[in-house]
Amino acid sequence: MSASTVIFYIIASVIIGGGILAVTSRKIFRAAVFLLFSLIGIASLYFYLNYEFLAAVQIVVYVGGIVVLIIFSIFLTHASGDEMKKPVLWRAVFSALAAAFATALTLLYINEHNFTATANATVAPTVKNIGLQMLSTTQHGYILPFEVVSMLLLAALIGCIVIAIKIKTKE
Amino acid sequence: MNEIGLSEILVVSTVLFFTGVYGFLTRKNMITMLMAIELILNSVNINFVAFNKFLYADKLDGLFFTVFIITIAAAEAAVAIAIIIHLYRKLKSIDVDDADIMKF
Repeated sequence: MSASTVIFYIIASVIIGGGILAVTSRKIFRAAVFLLFSLIGIASLYFYLNYEFLAAVQIVVYVGGIVVLIIFSIFLTHASGDEMKKPVLWRAVFSALAAAFATALTLLYINEHNFTATANATVAPTVKNIGLQMLSTTQHGYILPFEVVSMLLLAALIGCIVIAIKIKTKE
Repeated sequence: MNEIGLSEILVVSTVLFFTGVYGFLTRKNMITMLMAIELILNSVNINFVAFNKFLYADKLDGLFFTVFIITIAAAEAAVAIAIIIHLYRKLKSIDVDDADIMKF
């Protein structure tokens, strides 16, 4: 067993263990911290696959943005330290059964399917290549989704302000 | 033990996806349901990156899909948390069973 394999299994156990604890922990703040571990594990998986740009984006957006947002909203809506209600037993059992059977079925198909890789020359996922293709207007450029997503972010920004604003009622 | 290939990474992402599905089905708290959705989106991202790396290394399309999914997930989380905070002001609870004010 080479060192690379060992590192992969450590990363995989961090991702899956963090994920399972994040959906089963009864203290909501702990669940958020376990989610943080899982997301950091995914970023390190991107590092492991040599996608450094994507790993950086994952850390900046998820770990630095979304998890902090979730923790803020936990502090705004919960008294710290109280436990959540246990899920109803039959619902937990049937959800676990559904998830287990679906996992088994998907893993069966992954084992049976024969993946064939392309034989073309590889393109390195460097920041230069990513930037050139993302902002190119030629046939395989991604300028249109880039602009659309920027409009989406603007709309989400304004929408959040409109939804969460506190309207003062005249007494 | 041979090198890590595509199927090992697909196993990780499959288990993570259905962990998220289990959390989404069992949780009743809106913030924890949002966390389960984040897990599901992240497992999809792992799939895109793994397919790009191992099967279509001559293109960068999987990477771009991942970048856009991360962007949309960020927007979705922000809007969802705005809605949750607004509901908390109205109902003093973020349990999905209590949020029935739009029921006819």
